[in-house]
Amino acid sequence: MAAITIENLGKTYAGGATAVTGIDLDIRDGEFVVLVGPSGCGKSTLLRMIAGLEEITEGTVRIGGREVNRLEPAERDIAMVFQNYALYPHMTVRQNLSYGLKNRRMARAEITRRVDEAARILEIGQYLDRRPRALSGGQRQRVAMGRAIVREPAAFLFDEPLSNLDAKLRVTMRGEIRALQRRLGTTSVYVTHDQLEAMTMADRLVVLRGGRIEQVGTPLDVYRNPVSTFVAQFIGSPSMNLLPGVIDGGTLRLGGARFAGTGAAGPVTVGIRAEDLTIARPDAEGAMAAQLLTVEELGSQRLGYFDIAGERVVAAFPAGQVLRTDMALTVSPARLHLFDTSGCRIAA
Amino acid sequence: MRAFATNKMQTKRTIFRNRWLPYLLLAPQLAVTLVFFLWPAGQAVWQSFLREDAFGLKTTFVGLANYTRLFDSPEYLNALRVTLVFSVSTAALALLSALLLALALDRTIRTTRLYTTLLVWPYAVAPAVAGVLWWFMFNPTIGILPYLLEGLGYDWNHALNKGDAMALVIIAASWKQISYNFLFFVAGLQSIPASLREAAAIDGAGPVKRFFTITLPLLSPTTFFLLVVTVVYTMFDTFPVIDATTGGGPAQGTTILVYKVYDDGFIGLNLGSSAAQSVILMGIVIVLTVIQFRYVERRVTY
Ligand SMILES: Nc1ncnc2c1ncn2[C@@H]1O[C@H](COP(=O)(O)OP(=O)(O)OP(=O)(O)O)[C@@H](O)[C@H]1O
Ligand SMILES: [Mg+2]
Repeated sequence: MAAITIENLGKTYAGGATAVTGIDLDIRDGEFVVLVGPSGCGKSTLLRMIAGLEEITEGTVRIGGREVNRLEPAERDIAMVFQNYALYPHMTVRQNLSYGLKNRRMARAEITRRVDEAARILEIGQYLDRRPRALSGGQRQRVAMGRAIVREPAAFLFDEPLSNLDAKLRVTMRGEIRALQRRLGTTSVYVTHDQLEAMTMADRLVVLRGGRIEQVGTPLDVYRNPVSTFVAQFIGSPSMNLLPGVIDGGTLRLGGARFAGTGAAGPVTVGIRAEDLTIARPDAEGAMAAQLLTVEELGSQRLGYFDIAGERVVAAFPAGQVLRTDMALTVSPARLHLFDTSGCRIAA
Repeated sequence: MRAFATNKMQTKRTIFRNRWLPYLLLAPQLAVTLVFFLWPAGQAVWQSFLREDAFGLKTTFVGLANYTRLFDSPEYLNALRVTLVFSVSTAALALLSALLLALALDRTIRTTRLYTTLLVWPYAVAPAVAGVLWWFMFNPTIGILPYLLEGLGYDWNHALNKGDAMALVIIAASWKQISYNFLFFVAGLQSIPASLREAAAIDGAGPVKRFFTITLPLLSPTTFFLLVVTVVYTMFDTFPVIDATTGGGPAQGTTILVYKVYDDGFIGLNLGSSAAQSVILMGIVIVLTVIQFRYVERRVTY
């Protein structure tokens, strides 16, 4: 159990490429933090610097108050779950789980106790004598988890551990990982590029972009108050609609409609979540004329894709909602997200 | 390289429309095998049951007499022993050095085009040329290495000393095979995911322990394949090396089986015995190949 403190962390690879810069992050003891961002934004690099697999070129990492910059991975008291599981193919499941304990010269009875306990928790007892090759993807995933928990480390590090599983198993496993982590209370850092995984698992989300932290917050906080158009579009599915608007004399003109506007005059980008759009009478205040393009059925919801003043906009409706070709949509002014032209949120 | 090594082991099935097409496609290969392998092999087997008199005038069928004689002959038993020492030492040297070089490369894979290219060159050198090169370097009168050894107080002379001669042929023979083994080891090492070694590092295994508990076991299919290939090489393809350096001497100290086949057959003109010896050699290589394929098919892939 330990807090992880990251200060001004940066990584420049030998070739001169800067993958990560100026990362400041406090991860509390027992917290489950998810690093999320598009491919190449430096999530793995950041995680691997915490693990000690990648040399730190700037800043410091502390685990449990101890600076670990110069420590070997084995000395950092962390366990890592890899995307490809990295199970030792020539060892049985039991040997895979015991390997790290044996290397630490733990008593044999204690090793057996811990492995059996982990096997019981993860329900992999009947596979203990098999090789990884003879296991399904989900079972391998459990073994990889098992190898992490037998060590009883100060922190778990996960690098996209579920991305090799099919969609359904992924949903099950993310619930299980989270339940297990709550039960053990082990500080965890979890990397994913899947925003849904990030939203559902995280105590706190860290959205990365181009090697920097874009926003840190609870999933709901980030969803409701994205600091930039980047976060707004990355978090949430379907992605937030972004429309060009103009603030002029205290009103916001948007898609042919007027809303009570705020702040400085000038062009803005207006963000609207799909579920915040509602059907309005064409002559109502704040009604935007919308032409239906296509409909996607999700079963529980219908997604309508509209053309509003030349912009493509998606709106979510309850199942069975009747949609016509020419309609009017509106949104409550309180639900508008305003961004300046550089994409930063304008405080309401 | 790796793909080559594993592809060979998988069975692929292709359906041909025309019944005769597959045979037609195989025909050139079969013809070559027939003319250059099966035919001479058959000749050798037949020859091994015969005995010619000293002038080549009379040939008699003697059954297994050529074989039984061999195993009573101290020279043949000596050749067996020499072959054993030579093969085991050459294989060990060629495999170990190749593995060390490959490990050195694996640590710094990015900047090593040149290194790889240089290491592969020896493989392109003809065995006889390799032999002559080493013969020069170890030549007691003009070679550089005996000169250096003398500085260390060692009097090198492979023309007189059996041990020196053996060392010379072992070095010359393994030098060439190192390149080949090196390439396979590099491919083998690269096919081990980095994350395995990283996981082991997190699991508290230092570099040495990682090597012995992760890398080496995962490399074992490659190692085994190379071991068989190298042993076969030492027993058959090293003839030019020996012929160009020691000529089997001194006092038969480096006369390996294949050299004795040549010596007895072409120099001593004892064709029956020579044929029997080559049949035994053929038997050895067949056994090695069978082991190789059995083993490789069963547990080569993790
Ligand atoms: N060993 C390396 N040498 C040089 N540059 C690297 C190295 N590893 C990663 N990079 C670069 O650093 C940046 C961040 O890479 P990183 O692997 O951390 O991204 P990521 O967020 O994990 O992406 P993904 O979601 O695709 O895994 C990328 O631009 C990548 O090209
Ligand atoms: Mg990554």
